[in-house]
Amino acid sequence: MTDSARRRFLAQIGAGLALPAVTLRSAVAQMDQLDPLVWVFTKGVPVQKGRVKLELPLLTDNGYAVPLTVSIDSPMTPDDFVKSIHLFSQRNPVRDMARFFFTPRSGRARVSTRVRLAGSQIVTAIAALSDGTFWADSAHVVVTLSACLDES
Amino acid sequence: MTARIQLVPPRPKRGEIVEIRVLIQHNMETGYRRDEEGREIRRNCINLFICRYNGVEVFRADLSSGISANPLLQFHTIAEASGELEFWWIDDESREASERASIAVSE
Repeated sequence: MTDSARRRFLAQIGAGLALPAVTLRSAVAQMDQLDPLVWVFTKGVPVQKGRVKLELPLLTDNGYAVPLTVSIDSPMTPDDFVKSIHLFSQRNPVRDMARFFFTPRSGRARVSTRVRLAGSQIVTAIAALSDGTFWADSAHVVVTLSACLDES
Repeated sequence: MTARIQLVPPRPKRGEIVEIRVLIQHNMETGYRRDEEGREIRRNCINLFICRYNGVEVFRADLSSGISANPLLQFHTIAEASGELEFWWIDDESREASERASIAVSE
């Protein structure tokens, strides 16, 4: 294979990989708005993308203890702070994974923990701010050995 | 149930943001596992965790079986005054536990 032919080939693979990523994004947006669990939390207020940063590994060998960090860009003053962060799982038997509540005394809207994941899925973090807005971020994780459901 | 607590930095200045790391020894039983005889093991997870700083709540977490065994929580607070951090949690079997850590704030 010549050098230019190889580059064309790689570009085609790249294009093929980019396509499913786009469809995945729209699926995330739909889950945010229509999911009954999310609806109970937001009371129908639209969830906006951005400000929240959900950090999860792209791939993990097992789903027993997956490191997770959520942080929100917020000054954390009494007038403008993050009230809570809710974590939703797409595929776990218990989809409402955790809720974290902050006060202005927290100083920083950031929490790290380790979660169980029952298979490859999208995890969503939604933050409720003191001004009544909701912000979200999602991350897709590939889990090769899932937690929760197997008998070990 | 015991816990390990670490403050970063250990001796903060007044107004500095301190990271609090809490590692609790708890199985966080999901309720989906079975023992050697095939009997279901009942679900037992820590469902509530609260951190108070000199009596004022600074952080609270509702947890579920979606959190790993021996849960680790890392969060922050502003170092305001020397005193005590109190950590309290309760599981599905209504077993409560708490741990304290002193915080020394330098000027």
